[in-house]
Amino acid sequence: MKSFDYLRPDTLDEALAALSDPDAAALGGGTNLLDLMKLGVAGPSKIVDLTRLPGLDRIETLPDGTVRIGALVRNAALPRDPGFAAAFPMVAEALLSGASGQLRNAATVGGNLMQATRCAYFQDPFAACNRRAPGTGCDAKDGANRNHAILGWSPACIATHPSDFCVPLAALGAIVEIAGPDGLRELPLAEFHLLPGEEAHLTTQLAPGEIVLALRLPPGAADFAGHARYLKLRERNSYAFAIVSAAAALRLEDGVIREARLALGGVAARPWRATAAETLLAGARPAPETFAAAAEAALAEAAPSGANGFKIALAGRILARALAAAAAGTPARMPALPGSVLDDSDTEAAHA
Amino acid sequence: MPDDFAPASHVRLGSNSGQPQTRLDGLAKITGQATYAADNAPEGMLWAVYAGAPAGRGRVASLDTGAALAHPGVVHVITPQNRAELQQDPDARAHVFAWKIDILQSETIRYAGAPVALVLAETLEAATEGARLLAPEVEPLPVRIGFDDGEPFEAATVGIGANPATSVGDLEAGFAAAERITEVEIETPPQYHNAMEPHAIVAQWQDGRLVIDTPNQAIVMSRPLFAEYFGIAPEDVHIRSPYLGGGFGSKAILNGPQILACLAARETGRPVKLVLSRAQMYGPVGHRGATRQTLRLGTDAEGRLTALAHHSVSATSSFDDFLEPAANASLNTYASPAISASHSGSRWDIGTPGPMRAPGEATGSAALECAMDEAAEAAGLDPLEFRLRNYAETDPATGRAFSSKALRECYRLGAERFGWAGRPMAPGQMRDAKGRLLGWGMGTSLFPAPMSQALARATLRADGSALVETAAADMGQGAWTALAQIAADGLGLDLAQVEFRSGDSELPDGGVAGGSGHTATAGSALFSAGQDAVAQLVRLAVEDPASPLHGAGNQAVRAQGGRLMLEGDPSRSESYAAVLARAGLETLAGNGRGARSPEAAGAHAMFSHGAVFAEVAVDPDLFQIRVTRLVGAFAAGRIINPRLAESQLFGGMVWGLGFALQEEAVHDRRSGRLVNGDLAGYHVPVNADLASIEALTVPEEDPFVNALGVKGVGELGITGTVGAIANAVWHATGRRARRFPVMIEDLL
Repeated sequence: MKSFDYLRPDTLDEALAALSDPDAAALGGGTNLLDLMKLGVAGPSKIVDLTRLPGLDRIETLPDGTVRIGALVRNAALPRDPGFAAAFPMVAEALLSGASGQLRNAATVGGNLMQATRCAYFQDPFAACNRRAPGTGCDAKDGANRNHAILGWSPACIATHPSDFCVPLAALGAIVEIAGPDGLRELPLAEFHLLPGEEAHLTTQLAPGEIVLALRLPPGAADFAGHARYLKLRERNSYAFAIVSAAAALRLEDGVIREARLALGGVAARPWRATAAETLLAGARPAPETFAAAAEAALAEAAPSGANGFKIALAGRILARALAAAAAGTPARMPALPGSVLDDSDTEAAHA
Repeated sequence: MPDDFAPASHVRLGSNSGQPQTRLDGLAKITGQATYAADNAPEGMLWAVYAGAPAGRGRVASLDTGAALAHPGVVHVITPQNRAELQQDPDARAHVFAWKIDILQSETIRYAGAPVALVLAETLEAATEGARLLAPEVEPLPVRIGFDDGEPFEAATVGIGANPATSVGDLEAGFAAAERITEVEIETPPQYHNAMEPHAIVAQWQDGRLVIDTPNQAIVMSRPLFAEYFGIAPEDVHIRSPYLGGGFGSKAILNGPQILACLAARETGRPVKLVLSRAQMYGPVGHRGATRQTLRLGTDAEGRLTALAHHSVSATSSFDDFLEPAANASLNTYASPAISASHSGSRWDIGTPGPMRAPGEATGSAALECAMDEAAEAAGLDPLEFRLRNYAETDPATGRAFSSKALRECYRLGAERFGWAGRPMAPGQMRDAKGRLLGWGMGTSLFPAPMSQALARATLRADGSALVETAAADMGQGAWTALAQIAADGLGLDLAQVEFRSGDSELPDGGVAGGSGHTATAGSALFSAGQDAVAQLVRLAVEDPASPLHGAGNQAVRAQGGRLMLEGDPSRSESYAAVLARAGLETLAGNGRGARSPEAAGAHAMFSHGAVFAEVAVDPDLFQIRVTRLVGAFAAGRIINPRLAESQLFGGMVWGLGFALQEEAVHDRRSGRLVNGDLAGYHVPVNADLASIEALTVPEEDPFVNALGVKGVGELGITGTVGAIANAVWHATGRRARRFPVMIEDLL
């Protein structure tokens, strides 16, 4: 493979200095970057290993109730944290529904945001791909596109963002803390990933030299803990990306939905917050018709980008199912098959 | 050498066979002490990495060899321009097990990923980057992939030298007599072996001899195939293959990268290691070719088959002719007065398919079992009852008696264990406690019980222990263990007293680890070698006045636990060591041979059988499927090691699950490149896919297959399982499988 320099800075300042080189790449768990390097899709001349930066592997509760997750917290560690899993059960469920135990041990939450699409044409250096090589075209558009986007795609790119984790985060209004040469800034996670438009190669809001420092779940995000589910549809019951997935969280008072938080996964180049559906649910009573109407609202703009029209129906159905599951109450224990509609473990609700 | 071609009386094995012995190589494997081919790193070794064709068809116009050679660490680049002459034409099929292979014989591209140049470097990283820097420029031609774009042709053979069309009885009359006719068309996709261990080779030349570390399912048979390319004698090829991390047919046949590595070692005068990346395993090392199968089943008013016609269009490469013999699965399974099995070909711009675990049987059984289920439904019969009405008492293809066939018992035992009774006939009738659709389906398993030929040597040693040797192949299935158990029984020794050497071409030919015939073949050779050694020992004893056995007839002496003893009077006995010591022998060697008796082969049809029952749960809106129960009952002759046999049957059944619901290689129809050529994209089952699995074995004595009564269990479990799962999906949802794998959108 291409030779590169490997740096392992001890301070954030050193890391940011090293990353000012446009040919540098930031390394977290490496579960995606190293694959892309082996495939010849990424070829950085400098790898800046962030895993020794101090203080970024913590889960902390700030005085105002905000929960802050350092970018280097491992995907396996976060759902294992009892306080976190109790406050944000659908985030924990999403993490455990993703990848495999081995990958979760290595992967970091910051890296999860930064992972690339698994579109086969993006991952094939010989294919036309506007996301990887601007202006070359999109081989996915007329190619194998069964699992491509149904929302927010453009003729330039029909890829999806593969993350499970980001879906409930988008629903809960998570904030991304960003560090860069010009200091710190923050963004809502739901806006962090860019839709392709004309410029498919711009995939996130990160400017050159910037890194994800932490994620924050704002005060109030834990208020949904009693009614929150992440459901994920796929052919293989573990270690597979979603065909479609949905995060649904409700704040119920006296049998009425006061507030709903919804997002879809596997449907677009970003985790897809369904705000119109959220609005529709506010003040309604939980009922199948209500959920179906919310699903319809969430998918109103959906369109097939290829041989994937079936995903539109499935996305609506899984959103309605996730809403019903959330309304029934968060399970007392993490399901044995997290995120699965075919789980057989006890579904006694913790907070119903 | 004893003549074991005599019709076999049933052999009484010793106390080792039949025991659930854990893998003798298990500790070495889990502690990393077992050396796989790629673990070898001889002094001075170079790394080889090949660049693959980025197009599916066309011509390589240029390669940037300058850039590759300029990369630090790169030593040499081999291209069609400078590749040394070889003594064998890679496009000749010099042997029934030799395929046309790609070893840089031209710039023509026959499939995406085919080697276009080989880079040799001091490190793996340098070789990899060198290969990338070659950046081949291609003059592409339109790619033909898929049954609609493939070029149809009439096949001369299918599988390995089998007839493309076979028929028995009067098909037309059979259909004319039918009360109803069921027609089914089903497609199966290209599938890849995906052994956990990638194909690898470490090649070195030592004084004119070629020494190779490579995983190989047919170690001695492969020697001449390597030798022919380099104009050396087969004896001058030494293949070491102690462990394979899975073969499934893909490591039985010589492949292009292997020859390239040997050639590079000769050209550079240094050992060369070449390990395929996962992505490179989708091309030059075979796969299961796609099929488009059509079945017509005629049944009479009682639900008995009157005619069965099975045709498969089997995909192969543009340049070679391995056709998945799918339709032949219909020749031996169910009774029908008229059966036709026929094949035609479709040429695609892909690597040549080859044998992959249950080649033909897996694809053919999948389609046949689905069609049988539809015919049962049409006849208004329970699927099991329908199969029992069409039970083949003799082999439908040849009319021969089966050497043994305990399938009825498999049906009974499997159905009972599963709880098949009371299954509603109509689909969509059952729900679980959570409201999911439940479905039950079944299928019949069938796989031939072939043997190849093998030799073995058993050497008794002065201390009473023994060394047994044969060049068998442990693919992870447990040959090291099961064969050692048989060998110990042949010698009348405890397993701990036997040192088993294998996996090396300098040893007696252990035959092919393929066709589920390895235990039968190599086991027979080992057993008879042990018997030969013991017979010599007995002769020494009975002829020796100093022996307590002096004067006893040969037949009256029994060998057990390292001692010879008089039948009926165990007080007259002595140890092997004592006999050897008195005779002044350090060692005493016996030889053995394993092969099918031609008389028995001519008189009987030999198959393993089974019945698989599946339950699936399907989400009623989202149609995600989970197999909640798989129960298989199998009759496969004598089981040497129940633990390993169960494990093999599990492996087959789980493979069947992958076939039914997951496995599919997807090619881009324009470029010919794989779009899911890795284990993240090409799905095989995970533990969460299967809630419960049971593999039962039905006792079966078979005096004809071989002296040991051993059939085989390696491939049997896939057959039957695919159809059972697809039929269960129908029973849950009312949707019939028209292609594999069954996907969510097929059920919407």
